[in-house]
Amino acid sequence: MGMTASQKILAAHAGLKEVKAGQLISAKLDLVLANDITGPVAIREFRKSGAQKVAEKDKIALVMDHFAPNKDIKSAEQCKTCRVFAKEQGIENFYDVGKMGIEHALLPELGLVGAGDLVIGADSHTCTYGALGAFSTGVGSTDMAAGMISQTCWFKVPSAIKFILHGKPAKYVCGKDLILHIIGMIGVDGALYKSMEFTGDGVKNLSIDDRFTVCNMAIEAGAKNGIFPVDEVALDYMKGRFKRPVRIYEADADAEYDAVYEIDLSTLKPTVSFPHLPENARTPDKWGDVAIDQVVIGSCTNGRISDMRIAAEILRGRKVKDGVRTIIIPATQSVYRQCLDEGLIGIFIDAGAIVSTPTCGPCLGGYMGILAEGERAVSTTNRNFVGRMGHVTSEVYLASPYVAAASAVKGKLCTPDEL
Amino acid sequence: MKIDGKVFRYGSDVDTDVIIPARYLNDSSEAALASHCMEDIDPDFVKNVKKGDVIVAEDNFGCGSSREHAPLAIKASGISLVIANSFARIFYRNAINIGLPIMECPEAVKAIKAGDEVEADLSTGIIRDKTTGESFTAEPFPEFIRRIIDDGGLLNNLAKRSKNNEL
Repeated sequence: MGMTASQKILAAHAGLKEVKAGQLISAKLDLVLANDITGPVAIREFRKSGAQKVAEKDKIALVMDHFAPNKDIKSAEQCKTCRVFAKEQGIENFYDVGKMGIEHALLPELGLVGAGDLVIGADSHTCTYGALGAFSTGVGSTDMAAGMISQTCWFKVPSAIKFILHGKPAKYVCGKDLILHIIGMIGVDGALYKSMEFTGDGVKNLSIDDRFTVCNMAIEAGAKNGIFPVDEVALDYMKGRFKRPVRIYEADADAEYDAVYEIDLSTLKPTVSFPHLPENARTPDKWGDVAIDQVVIGSCTNGRISDMRIAAEILRGRKVKDGVRTIIIPATQSVYRQCLDEGLIGIFIDAGAIVSTPTCGPCLGGYMGILAEGERAVSTTNRNFVGRMGHVTSEVYLASPYVAAASAVKGKLCTPDEL
Repeated sequence: MKIDGKVFRYGSDVDTDVIIPARYLNDSSEAALASHCMEDIDPDFVKNVKKGDVIVAEDNFGCGSSREHAPLAIKASGISLVIANSFARIFYRNAINIGLPIMECPEAVKAIKAGDEVEADLSTGIIRDKTTGESFTAEPFPEFIRRIIDDGGLLNNLAKRSKNNEL
């Protein structure tokens, strides 16, 4: 029986000719990642084990993005713990304020992850790198610590669900709508423990940023990883950045899938996930009248240059509705710089939005845009759980940058067609 | 490890944001995490939980973020076991890695009610509802996983095995 693309990457890193779903393997890692929240716990575990040195310091990345620039003294201490550890261990891929960006936008941009890689990260959205044909998955801090000590990790080989994509998304529809649609279809545990493999002639009509968004939210369906084929679009992105040779793994024709879904991208509509689960996906006919207090455009899901351009396209020459706090967060310094060079920052400020330095802040209710009792936000982020962005009675509506920007102008949930 | 206590009951898709809200992730000490455990879904949990108590929930327990702070908070609050129909993937792995006992047992989830007194044996997988007298059997963990849990987590277990020249 053939293997899926995900299984082939695992097999190659375990030194095995083939693996089967359910098999337990130990595999060599190309990169292990942690941030300022999960890093300190991983470092505590590392010390607990009695280890003195990390196995391969060049294959570790520490990104200070969640509560950085530090929101309070405790957050500052957590970053300091990581900073001291990076220095002690000679970890050069340590990204502090000034160099840092949101981890899952930063690492692909810097070429630290790419096709054929096996990556674990102490952050659930580590699954983002599947957009480049990597097997990447989120783990906890203990696995991160064990990864730093041994540069290996044990895995249970996942089975997979295949999504065959056809056609081209309509105007004002993008990768975010696709993944919200899928999560709505299969549920927040619809891909539990499994790989989500994307294929079909529609893939070419999704930009690399669309693919990052789709893989980023695979975890929101419970998946272990999401993965796209490596085509010209992916190769173009990696050219001149990715530090290792590109390794392309394609699923065998006779690979077995637990389920196969066919999706015609041209039929997708702007999709919004209503509180309090990403699976509560609704198309505009079922939105009703949702007045909002805040809009957030950014995060590891939608903080890349394409997302900024979309926001600018909608906000150009318009004003955000009085009373809607509109917070735009380019995901990395380089995206920020590009926004400046393309004049997007001016468009945002003229529209009455604010532009922040890179941070995960509001997405997880850390800082930089916390909601009060009963307030509502339309956000391009990835989770709308109870209390995710602030007070337990506040609400988060997950949306694309098209819908988020349009909603900021209108003061209620809407598509750009309604402006 | 003695698993014997009163049951706290929850539904499906209990996410790591309600288990330990991110606004408290600036402090990873056990005491700080325990003091906010389940705050956004059950504000009385911290007041009422006692050492040895048990959480029983439905599907996909621990979905969302990979924060190991979530099982750490539950363990530090005194909970000795989480029983659910199913667990989210990362939470499942994290719970074992930090030494929080978990069991998948839909029959037990169906029958056990909030406030029941429950005891369980990790080596046999037997769960007994002392309030109703009913018993259920979950698939027990293999011995190496039970040792990780007994030793208080993977890295304690590795350190111990390394000391005993078992690696």
